[in-house]
Amino acid sequence: MAQYLIRRLLYTFITLVGISVISWIIITQAPGSPIAITMDPKVSPKIVEQMEKNYDLDKPIYQQYFLWLKRLFTGNLYSFKDGRPVLDKIGERIWNTLLLNLVSILIIFSLAIPLGIFSARRQYTFLDNLGTFGAYLGISIPGFWLAYLLILGTVKLFGYPVLGMRSFVTEDLSSLEIVMDRLWHLMLPSIILAIGGIAALSRYTRSSMLEVIRQDYVRTAKAKGLPEETVYYKHALRNALLPIVTLFGFLIPGLIGGSIIMETVFAWPGIGRLAYQAVLARDYPVVMTINTISAVLVLIGNFIADMLYAIVDPRIRYQ
Amino acid sequence: MNNPLLEVRSLTTQFFTEDGVVRAVEDVSFEIFPGEILSLVGESGCGKSVTGLSLLKLIPIPPGKIVSGELLFDGRDLMELEEREMEKVRGNDISMIFQEPMTSLNPVFTIGNQIMEALQLHQNLDKKEARKRAIEMLDRVRISSPEVRIDSYPHQLSGGMRQRAMIAMALSCQPKLLIADEPTTALDVTIQAQVLRLLKEIQGEMGMAVMLITHDLGVVSEIADRVAVMYAGRIVETGPIEAIFGEMRHPYTKGLWESIPQLKEKRRRLNAITGQVPDPMNLPAGCKFHPRCYLMIDDCKKEEPPLYPVNGEHFSRCLRWKECC
Repeated sequence: MAQYLIRRLLYTFITLVGISVISWIIITQAPGSPIAITMDPKVSPKIVEQMEKNYDLDKPIYQQYFLWLKRLFTGNLYSFKDGRPVLDKIGERIWNTLLLNLVSILIIFSLAIPLGIFSARRQYTFLDNLGTFGAYLGISIPGFWLAYLLILGTVKLFGYPVLGMRSFVTEDLSSLEIVMDRLWHLMLPSIILAIGGIAALSRYTRSSMLEVIRQDYVRTAKAKGLPEETVYYKHALRNALLPIVTLFGFLIPGLIGGSIIMETVFAWPGIGRLAYQAVLARDYPVVMTINTISAVLVLIGNFIADMLYAIVDPRIRYQ
Repeated sequence: MNNPLLEVRSLTTQFFTEDGVVRAVEDVSFEIFPGEILSLVGESGCGKSVTGLSLLKLIPIPPGKIVSGELLFDGRDLMELEEREMEKVRGNDISMIFQEPMTSLNPVFTIGNQIMEALQLHQNLDKKEARKRAIEMLDRVRISSPEVRIDSYPHQLSGGMRQRAMIAMALSCQPKLLIADEPTTALDVTIQAQVLRLLKEIQGEMGMAVMLITHDLGVVSEIADRVAVMYAGRIVETGPIEAIFGEMRHPYTKGLWESIPQLKEKRRRLNAITGQVPDPMNLPAGCKFHPRCYLMIDDCKKEEPPLYPVNGEHFSRCLRWKECC
């Protein structure tokens, strides 16, 4: 087990290095430069040259990469856009993003798995077909479109703002009302962020469950005289969840991608929105750092999924 | 003779598929007496496994359905029981072991956990007592160091051990009837003999009745008391083992017997039964075996023969049973 862990961590590290190198190449080689975007064409070439020097853009690409890496780890990385330390900019926003994503993950798992089981037990009935229809709808509808629709709807219906993390005027509210206000603002973006995941995961749970209940050991469990609920929720579910936990790892990239869109739509002060603004400004240090953090999150997600897999499947544990 | 433990009357089980109705079991009647081993023999698809599953009402519904019949067990008709009451019968009064020890145990639970489950459910034992009983059961099926093996997962055991664990699980609540569906088919030949001997021994010790489902007449001759040969969902010949092996009165039983390699005789080739098992959705008229039968006459195609009494408990569903010997 320890050996497996070490090997796994080593692979994770190599993957991370690969990701950062490839993203560095793509980001810096993409059209547009940080200077051209902020600069007036009338500015003298001398100043442009000076700025390129300041940003190290005159150096070869591999040197730029190592400089970024060095500065990232020594804390000397500054944003092109406003000169603030990149880690500060990210640090003040990353918790907002993590909160949003964590809530979404909780929503996804707590809704998708029961929904999948519900559908599986009623295969091909009206409710199951309704679930299938809903799932395809959830997968097909673009999140940003649905987000705008829901913003319009809720604001019209409740007359209460939904953008940002909280309402602007909170001085005269009680502490309970402030908590409610925060939850209200958290609710809509996290639900919309979760919809695609719920749709996909509930389908996976359904098909996994349907496959498992045809297995011989489910028949054995029934032959033992176990009540149907025990057969379903103990013997079948545990096996059906094996492939589902690995999806946990795949869920995170989708959520991070979704974060960028949802945070922008909902004016959510997280790193997704920061990344979006940084990409538009070709703010390489910020884009790269957020990219790396996302990669780390994804890899951690995969790592957790692998660990979960080993916990739920004894056959993996001992190999 | 004392009262039968289980009396099956006119059991008919069908599967309603998109392509048509599969008549898996048709009007099957038999009895099992306390402490005896009845063997249900036949080729794959003859309905023997469906019969076994029907007794526990474990036929998947839909597409399957027990269309008619009575299952009188210990004075009650199982057909009349609600699902909740049937759950109390399964694993407790009647338990079942299956062909594939590889897939019949749940891979994510230890065998101890799976054995204890039935004990806690039916015998109201707490965890500690159930564990003790599970260890005893594992010991009883000759699994060495049972107190260690109890915490093994199925994948850590060999096929023979898994089947022993299955047997321990099925017998943990001391059922009155054990349905063993091809318990040795998936095992190595040497292990087959061991498991059969074990089954016979435990059956003797515990005094339960066994319904042994198999395709292997060799297995039958070793441990059964009575035999029912099935073909195309029907019992075609039934009787005590001495009577059947003394004089086979159905061409199908003879065919089955002759298709087993015999050590004593020096036959170059095995005599396989010609033709194929009929399509259960499209059974021939009259005797279901007539297209493959060497004794076939025109009358065989007309009407399905009843079970003719041959001698005492020995019955044959063959018009020409007198000539078949």
